[in-house]
Amino acid sequence: MSQYVIQASKLSRDFGDLKAIQDLDLEVEKGRIYGFLGPNGCGKTTAIRMLTGLLKPSSGEVHVLGLELPKDAEKLRLHIGYMTQKFSLYDDLTVKENLQFIAKIYGLSGQNQKRRIDELLHIYRLEQSKNQLAGSMSGGQRQRLGLSAAVLHKPELLFLDEPTSAVDPESRREFWEQLFDLSDQGTSILVSTHYMDEAERCHKLAILESGVKRADGSPEELMQQMGAHVVEIASSNIRQLKQNLMQLPDVISAAQLGARLRILVKDSVADPLALLTQQGGIDSTANLSIVRPSLEDVFVTCTGEERV
Amino acid sequence: MNSLFRIYAIFSKELTQLRRDKMTFGMVIMIPLIQLLMFGYAINTNVRHIPVGVVDYSQTGLSRVLIQTISATQVVKFTHHYVNAQQAEAAIARAEVRAVLVIPKDVSQRLVRHRTVGLASPPSSDEETSRPVAQWIVDGSDTMIAAGIKSLRNMPLAELLSKPANRNIPTFEIALLYNPEQRSAVNIVPGLVAVILTMTMIMFTSGAIVRERERGNLEMLITTPVRPIELMLGKIIPYIFVGVVQVVIILGLGNIVFNVPVNGGLWQLSGAILLFITASLTLGLVLSTIAKNQLQSTQMTIFVLLPSILLSGFVFPYEGMPEVAQYIAEALPATHFVRLIRGVVLRDVEIIDMTFDVYWLALFTLAGLMVASLRFKKNLD
Repeated sequence: MSQYVIQASKLSRDFGDLKAIQDLDLEVEKGRIYGFLGPNGCGKTTAIRMLTGLLKPSSGEVHVLGLELPKDAEKLRLHIGYMTQKFSLYDDLTVKENLQFIAKIYGLSGQNQKRRIDELLHIYRLEQSKNQLAGSMSGGQRQRLGLSAAVLHKPELLFLDEPTSAVDPESRREFWEQLFDLSDQGTSILVSTHYMDEAERCHKLAILESGVKRADGSPEELMQQMGAHVVEIASSNIRQLKQNLMQLPDVISAAQLGARLRILVKDSVADPLALLTQQGGIDSTANLSIVRPSLEDVFVTCTGEERV
Repeated sequence: MNSLFRIYAIFSKELTQLRRDKMTFGMVIMIPLIQLLMFGYAINTNVRHIPVGVVDYSQTGLSRVLIQTISATQVVKFTHHYVNAQQAEAAIARAEVRAVLVIPKDVSQRLVRHRTVGLASPPSSDEETSRPVAQWIVDGSDTMIAAGIKSLRNMPLAELLSKPANRNIPTFEIALLYNPEQRSAVNIVPGLVAVILTMTMIMFTSGAIVRERERGNLEMLITTPVRPIELMLGKIIPYIFVGVVQVVIILGLGNIVFNVPVNGGLWQLSGAILLFITASLTLGLVLSTIAKNQLQSTQMTIFVLLPSILLSGFVFPYEGMPEVAQYIAEALPATHFVRLIRGVVLRDVEIIDMTFDVYWLALFTLAGLMVASLRFKKNLD
């Protein structure tokens, strides 16, 4: 088997006139956490559904775990786990009953079933609530239950569709710890998110916008190759200054962070500091400095998001 | 082996959910209970105590005895007196009474000359003997009420004059098998099994797949190795038990409350019931794969339920329906089951003797399972 768990080329999917995904090329290495970063409605879910065999591509080729989709979708199901965006287990069953159901579906019975469920309840801290109805649990608990159900049959490849969208920051940190544990044990993971800090945790990621992949690579690579300077300005009259700077053709975006202004300047400009002081009408009290780019800067640069 | 195990997984999950769903659980018990009592008591083709009025032009002792004799049949109950026929018709129009008896002035002469009484001598003329004693004015819109009054048309009048009844020899002797007392409940209760099973079985399963889709469970389910046919079977089996419980309620209470006998053997009865339950359940599953949401599935259930009640032979005899309606009736599982269950419960037939209905239900089930499994796609396209 090749080093790639997912290989897609020119993958497209239309819904009527809407092009949900256009010409997506994708290579996901084994044992890595791969991220899809993009705003809501950019096609993350559609892409994941095609990669799990739930949607047929309009055109293009996909191989997942060496199996050709959609032809071998049924064979693939034994080897992948999928955690949907919306909680998809049964609200009117308890935690334990939900896990028992999934275990039976995957043919796990008797002692093996009991051992695996106990193990999962322990790993995902669900022992206390094992007899609670899933519908009455908190967002964090549901998410842990969702993950434990998705990994119950020890899949080689795990798909997670916005797993942390309804979860508090504490649970999110814990959740990522669990993902790294899985990754450490050799599970390949594809996760979609619209949180920058989560995307930054991925080994590699692809930035999607309106169904098109704008960039991909490791977070470090993406930040290095961003194609823009990042300048932070500390000044008194920030709101007015922002208006002025946005007029400049070489300024990609300007975002206010408290008392500072974060400016993205095109990297065709040799000396961004000089440009800003000369043309931006910045007074002498202002303090300008070039800073390290963040993933958010990358995202703004390559999606051409609104100039805020 | 794995396949059986997955069916078992779906089955036990479905059973647990059913147990937690108090509303559905209550319906399993209450629907047959309420319907049995409603239909058992309300539907009665032997109409009795119809409220009627009288216009008595003769005002004689004889006319009063005539009224009493008619009352004694219990078909009608005299509640009003009217002065003339015009008033009587107005009373019928405002539904005060359903019919009015008009007794003419010369009722005594008419009666003595009447051939059922035959007092008159010398023999009267044809014109005289062919005159009826009195006239009924009836609201004929309800055929059942009208038939009740019509049954009085030839009532014997001899005892009116303390004469021994003249021997009325019928043209035909009629031997009424299976329901000699002519009680409606005997025919209604077995048919009710068909109606209630149609209602509940289709309703439960038509929501089955749709509910999983609406709650988002389906997206998870189709990424697992479950095959469509396994999902369908796993969802059907718990409801077979539900159906059996309902049949026990209907036939058991029907026996206790309405004294409807269960003449057929247990195996024959179980065979007929299982055939129909599985046929209805698969029909529900097919609807479930068509419906987009639970509201639609309920609407489709009603769409099947109405003809099943009206055309299956439950309310109106199959033989009386026009040909087109008969074709539609033949397509409904309920029609075949009404025949089977009445056969087994009332006439103690072996279901294997009713080959056509048995095969039809069995084939319907198989075809339904196939269609539902084929229509259920394991993707979201």
